[in-house]
Amino acid sequence: MPISLHVNGERVDANVLPRLNLADFLREHLQLTGTHIGCEHGVCGACTVRVDGEIVRSCLMLAVQTDGASVQTIEGLSDSGEVADLQAAFRDRNALQCGFCTPGMLMAAHDLLTQQAEPDRERIREHLSGNYCRCTGYQAIVDAIETTARGRTRSRP
Amino acid sequence: MTISSAKPGVLSELDRPNSYIGKSVPRPNLERLMQGRGLYVSDMELPRMGHVVFVRSPHAHAKIIAIDADEARRLPGVIAIVTGEELAAVITPWVGVLSHLKGLKSAPQHAIALDRVCWQGEAVAAIVATSRAVAEDAAEVVNVEYEELDAVTDMGTALDPETTVIHPTLGDNLAFERNLDAGAVDAAFAGSDEVVEANFVFGRHTGVTLEPRAVVADWNAAETRLTIYQGTQAPHMVQNLAALHLGLEESQVRVVCKDVGGSFGIKVHIYADEMATYALSKLLRRPIKFVADRVESFNTDIHARDHRCLGRIGVKRDGTITAFEIDDLTGIGPYSMYPRTSAIEANQVVNLVGGPYVTKNYRARARVVFQNKNVMCQYRAVGHPIACSVTEGLVDLAAAKIGMDPVEIRLRNLITDDAYPCASPSGLRFELLSHHAAINKLVTMMDYDGLRAEQAALRKKNIHRGIGIASFIEVTNPSAAFYGVGGARISSQDGVAVRLDAQGSVICQTSITEQGQGSESLTAQIVGSVLGVSMERVRVILGDTDNTPYGGGTWASRGAGIGGEAALQAAKVLRRNILEVAAAILQSSPAELDIANNAVVSASDGTPRIELRELARIVYFRPDTLPPGIQAELMATRHFVPREYPFAFTNGVQASWLEVDTETGFIKLLRHWVVEDCGTLINPQLVDEQIRGGVVQGLGAALFEKCVYDERGQLTNANMADYLVPMSGEMPDIDVGHVVSPTSETELGAKGAGEAGTAGAAAAVANAVNDALRPFGAIITEIPLTPQVILTALGRI
Repeated sequence: MPISLHVNGERVDANVLPRLNLADFLREHLQLTGTHIGCEHGVCGACTVRVDGEIVRSCLMLAVQTDGASVQTIEGLSDSGEVADLQAAFRDRNALQCGFCTPGMLMAAHDLLTQQAEPDRERIREHLSGNYCRCTGYQAIVDAIETTARGRTRSRP
Repeated sequence: MTISSAKPGVLSELDRPNSYIGKSVPRPNLERLMQGRGLYVSDMELPRMGHVVFVRSPHAHAKIIAIDADEARRLPGVIAIVTGEELAAVITPWVGVLSHLKGLKSAPQHAIALDRVCWQGEAVAAIVATSRAVAEDAAEVVNVEYEELDAVTDMGTALDPETTVIHPTLGDNLAFERNLDAGAVDAAFAGSDEVVEANFVFGRHTGVTLEPRAVVADWNAAETRLTIYQGTQAPHMVQNLAALHLGLEESQVRVVCKDVGGSFGIKVHIYADEMATYALSKLLRRPIKFVADRVESFNTDIHARDHRCLGRIGVKRDGTITAFEIDDLTGIGPYSMYPRTSAIEANQVVNLVGGPYVTKNYRARARVVFQNKNVMCQYRAVGHPIACSVTEGLVDLAAAKIGMDPVEIRLRNLITDDAYPCASPSGLRFELLSHHAAINKLVTMMDYDGLRAEQAALRKKNIHRGIGIASFIEVTNPSAAFYGVGGARISSQDGVAVRLDAQGSVICQTSITEQGQGSESLTAQIVGSVLGVSMERVRVILGDTDNTPYGGGTWASRGAGIGGEAALQAAKVLRRNILEVAAAILQSSPAELDIANNAVVSASDGTPRIELRELARIVYFRPDTLPPGIQAELMATRHFVPREYPFAFTNGVQASWLEVDTETGFIKLLRHWVVEDCGTLINPQLVDEQIRGGVVQGLGAALFEKCVYDERGQLTNANMADYLVPMSGEMPDIDVGHVVSPTSETELGAKGAGEAGTAGAAAAVANAVNDALRPFGAIITEIPLTPQVILTALGRI
């Protein structure tokens, strides 16, 4: 089926099989390998991307469903600088080890901070509870998000 | 921080003013991973690459009668369908035994099953296609006819005479047995005021790396050379085994390991499907990619910790522990895993039980039996969680029996900090541990007395909180005693090469590997510190058998202690070489010079004399201007392996503070504390994060994680929705403290820290749950502590 969408601001036209999921489309067709696949059934959160402003599990969405949509992946958010402060906080706090969950984690964290300026630790933990990290034990991630939230609040006029 | 330096008063290269040692600098490789610009094997594409999918057995034990792949073969995009027999012409089988584990036996295992499958998930055919989707379509129409055989699933009856013997040529289902009898155990029990016994049960669980196992094998028929891209902890081990079983020289195999999405011991082994992928590439003369899906991960990634252990402890009324005794039984699946074997965990349990304590009276039996379940092998903290849970569970039961506080009984029995060097009843040699300093620090950090008061006050309101303490020892920096002496070609030494490039930056090649622990960072920190070069000018290359010195890799908490020491020694040589050249250029002497801030400086006052960039320019492009006879060597290589102690033991203690809902059986973890002693802290933040991550893996085992098999050997929860792992919402904040007792065996003084968290977390939680439930008289010695287990113990269901 033909689809036309915007990925990280670039227009993409493609012919895809109806069964192709968005994660495989991004990784295999567009070589955007920053979107990772951990479980292929919507549990681990590694494949989280943003579609029309909402974060979704790209393994649970079909590529054809994104026809006409605007999709952002970690590569796009990194290049635009949208999550630069979050990435800096992750780096300073060593909030990633193997890094496989990190793109999805950053997506989820940024989504939370867009919804709520200064979430408390419990709220952060709750919002991330669909993103699996086997390495860190989560505390460093929660710390980094908390730091970023404070930074963003301070820099607001 | 409590520092007890091994060499007080001696200032080494690591203590220099601009040293990175002991500093929490950010890891250099994070930016790539955060921007989605890493390169994991699952991301790789090569020209003409085929994708392999394995048809796997739905039965735990069955004969393969026939494989009908005609329809699958006709599907467009299918390149080849290969059976076990066809692949056996390319790759030889293996047997997972080591000679130092006396009596250990196993049967030959093939890359793909020949005529019989021995666990649900064993591969029976490989389908190679132009895409994974096509290969999966084809797999669905392969028809395999099986004749089911009796499945051995209960380890408790695996040795009964009426039970089927899985490998008849072995005679029975006993893979390995070890017995130990030290001191005078019977007399000690007889002389005890109380003897307490308990049966400890551990859930079989697994590593659940977020990136599944993945490999791309690329046989170049023209070069007669195989390149293996694999997320592995031990590239040289993979090189050796691939060559051995494919009939190649090691020089014909290159192993490249880029970014790895988690390993934890899961990726330190060689799996049958990986061997099959190498062989398929050779057979089909093209690159082949295998990426396990999540169901395959659960069914084929090694499992661990399936143990039942009967434990006994003797105690006197004054709190003196008189003896420990254990009888451990573990089921390892149908084969001993290759090449590290599946007897190591039970062996570790025997080694480690009672390890923190003074008593010399210790008797142990461990039996390792075959079953028709997925294979078990070494997963993070091998054996430690079992040994720690049994030991610390028994100590708490003994304390409760005589009415003594859990901290008090430990203070009375932990080996004193001035008793070193000494040895455990099982013969483990301890160079320098700090149990008392650690527990004293822990008690302060957690405000033990305050928590006890809070617990008592809340009990009156029917809120049941508990405190659990667990002391532990950890095996780190293993020498050849771990695998090499048993005949495994697994290097216990590591090597590092450092060189100054033509612009005065440093390139460092190391044989340790990175899976997120911070190997790259710690190597750059050490090299930068010794050379006086800033870290951003040190580039670290790892994970490539063509481009690094030969070495073991990163596992068993060895990267920092062994690879770090090699980096230190190599950098010292390069530093000396640089100063010799500098002295020649500056008409000075090496003793009068030093390196700091990327420049050669005067040793006396730090005045800059020549930038390293300029020195490198002269050496590489104008060597004609150097005095006659000077040949600069701006590259140096050093290797290191521990020789004095077979293992550098570390120690620590953990505490859990939690609340049990006695109506629902749910446990809420409120806080967790760890004090550990890994010697020199190269990067405290990285150590803390290793500890925290390790603790949370241990908490997963304590509360959630279990591979649930039915009586027919079917794994019933092989997905991430049904196999529960710790998620952020349930995990507590974890406070980490340190005591520092460096090892004298190295100049660096670092010991390992990767497994300390996992070693003691479950024991602390189980002790806390029993502490919380004390008013109910319930005692639980089983993990995971699910609501069902809790409510059963409370008599509510």
